[in-house]
Amino acid sequence: MSVNSEAVGRRYGPFEPYEVTRVKIREFADAVDAFSGAHRDVAVAQAEGYADVVAPTTFAVVIAQQAEFHVVTDPEVGVDFSRVVHAEERFTHVRPLVAGDVVRTTVHIDAIKQRAGISMVTTRSELVDLDGAPVSTVVSTLAVRESQDEGETQ
Amino acid sequence: MTESTSPSFAGLDVGQVVAEREIALTRASLVRYAGASGDFNPIHYNDVVAVEVGLPGVIAHGMLTMGLAASVVEEWAGAGNVSDVQVRFTRPIPVPNPGEATVSVIARIGALDEERRTARVDLTVQHGDVKVLGKAQALVDCT
Repeated sequence: MSVNSEAVGRRYGPFEPYEVTRVKIREFADAVDAFSGAHRDVAVAQAEGYADVVAPTTFAVVIAQQAEFHVVTDPEVGVDFSRVVHAEERFTHVRPLVAGDVVRTTVHIDAIKQRAGISMVTTRSELVDLDGAPVSTVVSTLAVRESQDEGETQ
Repeated sequence: MTESTSPSFAGLDVGQVVAEREIALTRASLVRYAGASGDFNPIHYNDVVAVEVGLPGVIAHGMLTMGLAASVVEEWAGAGNVSDVQVRFTRPIPVPNPGEATVSVIARIGALDEERRTARVDLTVQHGDVKVLGKAQALVDCT
């Protein structure tokens, strides 16, 4: 099986809106050692100018990876998930996510580059609020090793 | 009344270390991140599966390493003030059981944009002597 480079330009979503909650922000902050009280205490967050507790920098991965799942499981794209390694990741925020945000995500396949038996698949997830205003962009590149022929060892 | 926690642009110098941290990763750290992020790939908790796909054993989520590194920048920048962060995952971090894997993060000013009042923070993230992230950079809005 190999990745279909003609899948570049495909778009998936927008999917069911994701609701950002205080509990999830706290869980994520605990998991990545984001110690600020603004992730846990509404009063601290509000004193810093936020409407509610603020998400850590990479929290949007929770939302983006759900969207990217639609790409890696699309049989017409042809990603063998057992051969995937995460190669690159980037978050660009227009503003930080806060508890109470409801966001919709659309994921695009921006690039598929093939060389030396590896396909580099780049997806871009665009997170927008319910008014359509952009919140965050998450760009992720997966390296997919092409399958060996039957009988070959590796 | 609200108070911005953004760092002051004045007085920053390229090369200056603004934050650093050492983190001890255990299997519990990985399980906790799996639950928090929703990434339940078994190579991050199951040695049998990890070895089957050619790894030395269970490895940390790349996104956990990135998240930990971003938190070090955030400690200096203030919550919500890191507007951009990017990394390349260059080497995996095996996490033994029992035991722990030590990850060190150093955040240095890489470049300053006076017009936009932003600081580019370059991250050096190592497991022992091995760099595990490449081109690891964050952008911080300053005041």
